[in-house]
Amino acid sequence: MPVLNSEVLPVRGEGDIVSVRQAVRKWAVEIKCSLVDQTKVVTAASELARNLLIYGGGGEVRLEKLQEGLRGGVRVTFEDKGPGIPDIPQALSDGFTSGSGMGLGLGGAKRLVNDFSIESEVGKGTRVTITKWK
Amino acid sequence: MQERIPILQMGRVLLVTIQVDMHDRLALQLQDDLTNKISESGAKGVLIDISSLEMVDSFIGRVLANISSMASVLDAKTVVVGMQPAVAITLVELGLSLNGVLTALNVMKGMKLLERE
Amino acid sequence: MSSSVLATVISNGQEDLLKEWVQQQLQAEGMRRDLIKVEELTAQSREFLQRFQGAVGSGDLLNIRSMGWSPVLESIGELSRQRGRMGFTPTETALFVLSLKAPLTRLLREAHKDDPIKFIEEITVVGELLDKLGLFTMEVFLQSREEVIIRQQEDMLELSTPVVKLWDGIVALPIIGTLDSARTSVVMESLLQRIVETGSEIAIIDITGVPTVDTLVAQHLLKTVAAARLMGADCIISGIRPQIAQTMVHLAIDLSAVTTKATLAEALKTALQRNGMKVVSSSAV
Repeated sequence: MPVLNSEVLPVRGEGDIVSVRQAVRKWAVEIKCSLVDQTKVVTAASELARNLLIYGGGGEVRLEKLQEGLRGGVRVTFEDKGPGIPDIPQALSDGFTSGSGMGLGLGGAKRLVNDFSIESEVGKGTRVTITKWK
Repeated sequence: MQERIPILQMGRVLLVTIQVDMHDRLALQLQDDLTNKISESGAKGVLIDISSLEMVDSFIGRVLANISSMASVLDAKTVVVGMQPAVAITLVELGLSLNGVLTALNVMKGMKLLERE
Repeated sequence: MSSSVLATVISNGQEDLLKEWVQQQLQAEGMRRDLIKVEELTAQSREFLQRFQGAVGSGDLLNIRSMGWSPVLESIGELSRQRGRMGFTPTETALFVLSLKAPLTRLLREAHKDDPIKFIEEITVVGELLDKLGLFTMEVFLQSREEVIIRQQEDMLELSTPVVKLWDGIVALPIIGTLDSARTSVVMESLLQRIVETGSEIAIIDITGVPTVDTLVAQHLLKTVAAARLMGADCIISGIRPQIAQTMVHLAIDLSAVTTKATLAEALKTALQRNGMKVVSSSAV
C-alpha cells in the first residue's frame, strides 16, 4: 500500500494531545473525509494519545497518508515503551479501565475507525494502529 | 500559561462559552471554577455552550457529566447547548450518552429550558 | 536490447510512422469518427509519439513505472480519462496504444532486414511494452468510470433523503426504500444538520416506506435518536408497520426509550402538543 506522506509527533505532555488532534484533523481534511469522519478519527486519536500519555508514560505518534486505488486514508500509529497490556480483549471491552477513565478509550476508539490493531508485550510496550478510509 | 475559560453571570444563570480546542487541564480548571462560582453566586442554572467545539472525547465528556452532577449537588441545573451533529454522532459511536445531562439546541432554548425546570 | 536502435528508428521514420498509425486508428473497427476529429486525433498521436520517443531514449524499456516513462503515462492517462468521459468503449480507448504495434513492427522489420534474429528480439520487447501501456490505459479508463459511479451514488444518496419542515420547530424525515449502513449514515447526518439549521426541537422519522428493519438498521435509528438528544432535540419514530413491530420484538430491539407512533399524523399531533399547540376544527372555535 503506497504511503504518500508521513510525520512523527512526540507525546510527552498534555499539550501534545491537542497537537495530535490538530495534525490528524489537518490530514483528514486533506484526504477529503466528511466532517463526521474527520470528527471520528480525531476523537479516536485523542483517546489513544491520552492512553499513550497516561498508561504508556508517553511515546510517539506516527501519521501516514495512504492511497489504495481510488480511496485515500489516514493511518495513525501510537507507540509507547510502557508496561504493556496483559489482557487485550479485556482492555478492549467497554467499561474496563485500569486508570480513572470511563473505560471507553480503546473499545470506543476502535468503533470510530475502519481498521484497528493492537500489539502489546508486557514490560516492553504497546502499539496501536488505526486507519480511517475516505 | 494559566489559561482560563471565562464564566459570565446573567442573573441566576452562569454562561460558559467554550471556544478553544480544550486541553485536559483547561477542562479540569473549568470544572473547579464553575463549582466555586455556583456556590459563591448561588446560581440556579449553568449553560455550557459547546457550539464551537469541534470534538468531544471521553475525557471532555466526563468533565461535562461531572460538572452537571456537581452543580446538581449544589442545587443548580446544567444545560449543555449547541453540540454539533458530527460531535453528537461521534459521541454516540464512542458509547457516551451523557445520561442525566440536559441538552438544548442553542443558548436561547437552553435559557427557556432552565426557566421551565 | 539496445534502446537506441528503437529510438533512432522512431525518430528517422517519425512522420511516416505518425501517418500510418493515425491511418491504422481510423480504419480500426469501431473507430468513433463521430466523437473525435481527425485533426485532434493526429495532434494527440503526435504528442504521444514525441513523449514515447523520449521515454524510449531514456533507456528502460521494461519498466513503465520508471521515471523516464512518466510523461508517457501522463499523456495516456489524460487521453484515457477524456475518452471515458466522451463515451468511448474500453476497446476503442485501448486501441490508441495497441494500434501502434503494426506500424512499429513494419519500421523495425525494415531496419533489421538483414538480421531476423535481432528483429524478433526487438519486436518481442516492443510488443510487451505496448501491451503494458495498453493495460495501463484500461486501468485509468476503469478508474475514471468508477469515479463517475461514486459521484452519482453520492448524488443519489443526497437526493433520496429529503428532510422537510412540518411546522415551526418540527422537521420530518420520510424514509423510503431499503436502509443500508451507508444510506442510514447519510440520512442521519442530513437530519441532524437540518435540526441545527431550523432550530427544531422535534424530529419525526417516518419509516412507513421502509420494507424491512433488521438489527443493524434499528441500531442506526437508535443512534440517530441518541445523537439528536445530545444536541437537544427529541425524535419520534412513526410508521412502524405491524410486521416490522413483530420483527423488532423477535430481534429483542429495545425501543422503549424512544417515542413511537403508528402514523405520521399521530406523530405530528404529539409534536404539536409538546410545543403547546392543538389542532381543533374551525367550527369549535
